[in-house]
Amino acid sequence: MGKRELICIGCPMGCPVTVEMKGDEIVSVSGNTCPRGDTYARKEVTNPTRIVTSTVKVEGGFVEMISVKTKEDIPKDKIFDCVRALKGVTVKAPVHIGDVILANVAGTGVDVVATRNA
Amino acid sequence: MKTYDIVIIGGGPAGLSAAVSAKKSGTDSILILERDKELGGILNQCIHNGFGLHTFKEELTGPEYAGRFIEQVKELQIEYKLHTMVMDISSDKVVTAMNSTDGLFEIRAGAVILAMGCRERSRGALNIPGYRPAGIFSAGTAQRLVNMEGYLPGRKVVILGSGDIGLIMARRMTLEGAQVQVVAELMPYSGGLKRNIVQCLDDYGIPLKLSHTVVEIRGKERVEGITLAQVDEKGRPIAGTEEEYECDTLLLSVGLIPENELSSGMGVELSRVTSGPVVNEGLETNIEGVFACGNVLHVHDLVDFVSEEAAAAGRNAARYVQEAGRRKGEGPDAAAERAHYGAQADRRNSVEQGENDLCKAAGRTVEIRAVDGVRYTVPSRINAERMEDIQTVRFRVGGVYKNCFVSVYLDEVRILHRKRPVMAPGEMEEVKLKREELLRHPDLKAITVKVEEV
Amino acid sequence: MYDVIIIGAGVSGCASARELSKYRAKVCVLEKAEDVCCGTSKANSAIAHAGYDAPAGSLMAKLNVQGNQMMERLSQELDFAFQQIGSLVICRDREEMPNLQALYDRGVANGVEGLRIVEQEELRRMEPNISEDAVAALYAPTAGIVCPFGMNIAFAENAAANGVTFQFDTEVQDIRRTERGWLIETDQGPFEAKCVVNAAGVYADAIHNMVSEQKIRITPRRGDYCLLDKSAGSHVSRVIFALPGKYGKGVLVTPTVHGNLLIGPTAIDTEDKEGINTTRAGLDQVLEKAGENVKDLPMRSVITSFAGLRAHEEHHEFRIGEVEDAAGFVDCVGIESPGLTASPAIGVMVAGIVCKILRLEENPAFVGTRKGIVNPQELSMEERRQLIRENPAYGNIICRCEMVTEGEILDAIRRPLGARSLDGVKRRTRAGMGRCQAGFCSPRVMEILARECGKSIREITKAGGASKIVVGVNKDVL
Repeated sequence: MGKRELICIGCPMGCPVTVEMKGDEIVSVSGNTCPRGDTYARKEVTNPTRIVTSTVKVEGGFVEMISVKTKEDIPKDKIFDCVRALKGVTVKAPVHIGDVILANVAGTGVDVVATRNA
Repeated sequence: MKTYDIVIIGGGPAGLSAAVSAKKSGTDSILILERDKELGGILNQCIHNGFGLHTFKEELTGPEYAGRFIEQVKELQIEYKLHTMVMDISSDKVVTAMNSTDGLFEIRAGAVILAMGCRERSRGALNIPGYRPAGIFSAGTAQRLVNMEGYLPGRKVVILGSGDIGLIMARRMTLEGAQVQVVAELMPYSGGLKRNIVQCLDDYGIPLKLSHTVVEIRGKERVEGITLAQVDEKGRPIAGTEEEYECDTLLLSVGLIPENELSSGMGVELSRVTSGPVVNEGLETNIEGVFACGNVLHVHDLVDFVSEEAAAAGRNAARYVQEAGRRKGEGPDAAAERAHYGAQADRRNSVEQGENDLCKAAGRTVEIRAVDGVRYTVPSRINAERMEDIQTVRFRVGGVYKNCFVSVYLDEVRILHRKRPVMAPGEMEEVKLKREELLRHPDLKAITVKVEEV
Repeated sequence: MYDVIIIGAGVSGCASARELSKYRAKVCVLEKAEDVCCGTSKANSAIAHAGYDAPAGSLMAKLNVQGNQMMERLSQELDFAFQQIGSLVICRDREEMPNLQALYDRGVANGVEGLRIVEQEELRRMEPNISEDAVAALYAPTAGIVCPFGMNIAFAENAAANGVTFQFDTEVQDIRRTERGWLIETDQGPFEAKCVVNAAGVYADAIHNMVSEQKIRITPRRGDYCLLDKSAGSHVSRVIFALPGKYGKGVLVTPTVHGNLLIGPTAIDTEDKEGINTTRAGLDQVLEKAGENVKDLPMRSVITSFAGLRAHEEHHEFRIGEVEDAAGFVDCVGIESPGLTASPAIGVMVAGIVCKILRLEENPAFVGTRKGIVNPQELSMEERRQLIRENPAYGNIICRCEMVTEGEILDAIRRPLGARSLDGVKRRTRAGMGRCQAGFCSPRVMEILARECGKSIREITKAGGASKIVVGVNKDVL
């Protein structure tokens, strides 16, 4: 039986979580203090995902750049594809928090949305 | 001279939350003074996610978190001035500020909430020897350049200090195309949150070298390289452990210092440990009607707790101006007015003095002693009569403690004994005190917060 | 073809240029850096020495005392910061009293006015933070502190206003005699002049040796300093020197004209003429020795450290004069401490020599005064309000530590010989010199520089050359 020791990134507490595995199958998750930790641990050992945050240029706003994020977490191995897809993207003001900046980024099915107004 | 019941210095997370809460507590005349071009403070450049789980039960980025509070400020029609630098605050709460449209102007405040935040320690404070080329940035300056202006400060980066901003910037610069070679930390433990080590360093294979520091900076015009060395338990470099790194950039994430020049200028007593004001249960400083919250009070790890603390400061400031008004049977505006006319105040002095004494008699203030691993507490004194039903006392420990207990004593009586698997200086701790419980000890002399092994 | 070319835009070169602009002459200053005041002149103790140190009868002694005497008036004419706060040389051992007396005697011989030896009790009253074991001190009321950048820049701006040309980013590669004078080869092409002044600081030997068979050698002598926060600025109120003696040469502790506290320097000979790197050992020595004469120094308040190179000539004497085997080539070399103090007098002396060689006539159009950048903090509330009404940029604070406004920064960039880099702005306005060491204001100053100079942010440098601040834009290499 294999063991994976993780630090949960679900919140700032950073709980140390242990996942017991039998092959590809998860036997148990322990050490987490909330259900978020359980979800994180199960995902992390099978299909790790992350929210990606970045910036894109904005024209005609009162700032040069706006911050953006993937609306949901995307597979970890798609992180660089995601930022590369944002290279050269320029949006026009006005932009509002939540506006879709790039749909279905890097084929993940997840949209990149604005996280500030401009 | 314009008069406001409450003037809030700083429109960052602390100032915004204090304003919202003061308004909701029934005080209308509020002004926020902000030096930047928009509200939100440093959150605007913290574009990563992880904010707001506590406050909004969802994970937001910095600008989104700020946005929620800015919306409330606008909805509540709280006044604010941007591009406005506060130059001076007098001990009787006249705020001198400046901007290019109003010029240099004065405002009389019934109460002042200090919410100026903090600044980063610079290279100079560390006294790292070597040249002084371009390419040495505090992590926050780099964060502003990358996140707000879209410029890359460097391509090959070494980061000194594992504070959260340093960790976050390691990931940010990696994602924008820079190569982050190593994060070095002087202490044997990280100064940042564990989750940031996982998602900012481990995810990208960036090594973290604990007990290491920069002993040399090379490059006359632009950084060309640095030398790292291991340090002994006193933080002194160990000869023979030097490792050279080729890089064009050194980022420093070596600590934050509450920005209290205005506070000390007006006579606010500062703590030597936190560099922030010494405050009571109402987050009120030694100057009556002057409150402090957020990173100007003590450096926080989580903005959620800044908001919570600032909301308390806002409530207490509102209560202060309302009580001041009621005492005189006047509106709060008039109370602010009165506070500044020495002559008029003199006339009423005897009455007021008597009332102040009554106030004090209504409850004694006891000190909170931070001992045995607890470096400080905020607040550091409490009046049980005046405190809210539940008082959060925040503190930091001085080292890494595993499987220890946080204990609270009322004189000799232990009222709290909570097991903590891990405590570290990089993570703020808290205990909650109940008013009810404190009132049961009328002769209380001191409250003690400490770390215990068993 | 210039009448005079001065090599080096440090304080001696610029003082000389300003003095020469009193005459009808075509004068040019060549400087390898991007700005004036980039070498020894920018990193020193910023002291106006009284003049008791240099050997009696030396040129150094003479020009020191003269320079000191000129300082007050000059600071008013040229609008730079100078405060005659006095100095104390601390004696911590009764046995060393003869050395203190010798210093007094030498000062008297050098013509230093107002010197007296103060005993322990008076010393304590004057400086409560003086070391407990101090027994007496030599008090020199004429000593003072000066803004080294301010003085250097003032000389240069006033020279420029009176017609002197400045060529920056211009490094001298070779100098050859011609029939009409001298041909100076530089990385920016050739320059010709009838007369050349060598004010090249630590490089003055290299320049001298291009034209003379009588070789000289200048040793860069590094001095490390620590600068403390303004909160420590009033820890002492005079310049505090150590009495050189059996404890070696101590370091000085002094307030600066900007209100900080400065401690240093070390004295370490080096080969590298660009070797302005501080070292751990050097900084440790400064911190340790500063505490010998002044107690309770708040070392936690160090905001930065830096090093400067003194142009040490082996005889420890200023060498100012026409070079024997190179007619029309005037040396102004070996200008180490008290060179900053002496610079006004050095300028007069150099101009006098050149004037004699070229038989120059007076320039009737010379204007001897110059206005510096307005410092709003020195204005009354009402004056300040008026200033903002006239120009709203004076209401916009850019450097929050030093409270420097956009108006001051714009003036620093727009005036003749204006700033072109962050350091240029810093030396002229103090923006970035405060406790956060430019963390807050540098992106903002970069933006203003880019806008004003018609450049992109990517071209903005810390101090010219390869010292670019940012290297690219987000994702550019992804």
